[in-house]
Amino acid sequence: MTSCNSSKGAYAALLTAMFGAFIAMTVSAQEPTEGSNLRADVLSIGGSVTEIVAALGQEHRLKARDTTSSYPPEVTKLPDVGYMRALSPEGVLSVGPSLILSEEGAGPPEALEVIRAADVSFVEVPDALTPDGILRKIEIVGDALGVPDRADGLAAEVETALASALRDAERPEADKRRVLFVLSTQGGKITASGTGTAADALIRMASGVNAVTEYEGYKQITDEAVGLAAPDVILMMDRGGDHGVADEDLFDMPAIRLTPAAQTRSVLRMDGLLMLGFGPRTAEAVRALNDALYAEGT
Amino acid sequence: MTAITEIEVAPRDRLSQARALHWGLAGALLLACIASLQVGATDVTLSAMLGKIAQGQALSQMERVVLFDIRLPRLAMGVLVGAALAVSGAAMQGLFRNPLADPGIVGVGAGAGLGAILAIVLGAVLPIWMIDLVGNQMVPVAAFLGGWGSTILLYRVSTRHGRTSVATMLLAGIALGALAGALSGILVYIADDRQLRDLTFWGLGSLAGASWAKVLSAGPLILLSIGAALMLGRGLNGLALGEATAAHIGIDVQRMKNIAILAVAGATGAAVAVSGGIGFIGIVVPHLLRLASGPDHRTLLLNSALLGATLLILADVIARVVIAPAELPIGIVTAVLGAPVFLWILLKRRGMVEL
Repeated sequence: MTSCNSSKGAYAALLTAMFGAFIAMTVSAQEPTEGSNLRADVLSIGGSVTEIVAALGQEHRLKARDTTSSYPPEVTKLPDVGYMRALSPEGVLSVGPSLILSEEGAGPPEALEVIRAADVSFVEVPDALTPDGILRKIEIVGDALGVPDRADGLAAEVETALASALRDAERPEADKRRVLFVLSTQGGKITASGTGTAADALIRMASGVNAVTEYEGYKQITDEAVGLAAPDVILMMDRGGDHGVADEDLFDMPAIRLTPAAQTRSVLRMDGLLMLGFGPRTAEAVRALNDALYAEGT
Repeated sequence: MTAITEIEVAPRDRLSQARALHWGLAGALLLACIASLQVGATDVTLSAMLGKIAQGQALSQMERVVLFDIRLPRLAMGVLVGAALAVSGAAMQGLFRNPLADPGIVGVGAGAGLGAILAIVLGAVLPIWMIDLVGNQMVPVAAFLGGWGSTILLYRVSTRHGRTSVATMLLAGIALGALAGALSGILVYIADDRQLRDLTFWGLGSLAGASWAKVLSAGPLILLSIGAALMLGRGLNGLALGEATAAHIGIDVQRMKNIAILAVAGATGAAVAVSGGIGFIGIVVPHLLRLASGPDHRTLLLNSALLGATLLILADVIARVVIAPAELPIGIVTAVLGAPVFLWILLKRRGMVEL
């Protein structure tokens, strides 16, 4: 009870701070930025594309977004046209975009056909799992928004940040820790990332070793193979709150109990979009993962 | 095989009552069509456009695209698919003399699903010229072929010396459905996560991919199949008395079975092909109508087509309006609305609820 009373003041302070931050955010969002004479008419589909639009300082031109676009947090206030693989043609047209910027793989194809027929410019931004790919995404988005100079600037910044993050992350092969990226542990079955995925690419960039290289993509892996993979660290997406599996439950799974990761109780949780988005924040993701991998235990 | 359907000789006034229901349902369908053209995520409305046309004003490009490229093909597909699913359900239930029968039970749905999954998962490895050839229609075409293939196989298995055993067909349908499900499972395993998400959405069904091309490719087969099914009324009534009795009152039982199976495979295969998996219409609609106007197939089949189309269109309106600008897969809407209704029907049949 006493702790409850004494923390009341802290709650009030926290609430005030949050309220203040909210006001500051709305005010700053309303501040005129360069190019604000252009009307808001861009629909951005795909988390990394939306991040790039914001990083180019063109957030004020966004009119709507898809479900995967959750960063920066302000974009979540925009209308949501749904999951990028299940768009509704009329829903997309109803937000009145004159430009649609979309990550590769939006669909269904029939919906895109109808949208194109409505004379809306549609720019597809190819997938990327490399630093060069990220720079290309930035250039394509910059060109589509008519701000190629800003894109050049951002690309240069991102290039430098990535290069330095990669340099700082470098480690001798023998020191590298084995990482198992676990997408889900639904029903006690572990779905882990093999090669060719964003998780695999990020693990390598952060100087980890992907513990599973026997298959491509995200697949269910047998308990015994998890043992053989012998990960030093388990990497998972941070779903926040109680949605994720608790550490005790994770390390209590028969497959994981025998791994080096379980012995040291090493599990890392990172924001999914930051980790797998391959956008402007990837350098940050590389550093965060590298720090987390090697700061502890060594 | 025991007949579960209550056999009821329709009194003359009951038949004319059911015929009057045709007109009521046709009116409801018309209203549903108008509603479907009137509302959507954009603020384009049918009434405003008719007003413009009446005054000789030109429609904006937005209005033209929304009306002619989005809502009209979607409406046409909704009518076709809803009617196809409900008529197939009614015909199957009559054929099997089992109110729980639906095209899914004889493996048509599973076969079509297998075809679709094959196209989604293996589509990427086909040579480019082959992909160009069928383009966006690959999934529907494969689904249709899968549905037909499983029906033909089923028919072969359950027909001996020109006689089709409905009991064998039911069992073989369950086995084939399980096999198709298992093969689909293997493909799900080799699918990448992107294909998996496509599979999930396909399975939930949607009219969002409606286009005139799809309406034209699936429409003729669906209409032909519905037409054939509508002629089965007298035969299915006879069959309700048992095969031997039906034969004695002059019904060519084997020929009728053939027509019913082909009609169901054609209608369901084409409907599943263009819209994915949409449940509950086929099973709920004939039930509701039997409660309302009795089990006489002479009126039940046409009423099923009308009510199936109406309900699917209304479900589609809900699917695309309720969370606009995003939209729900329509299979979710029909299941959420259909499952409680079905449960209610079951309870009512057993006298457990008074309503």
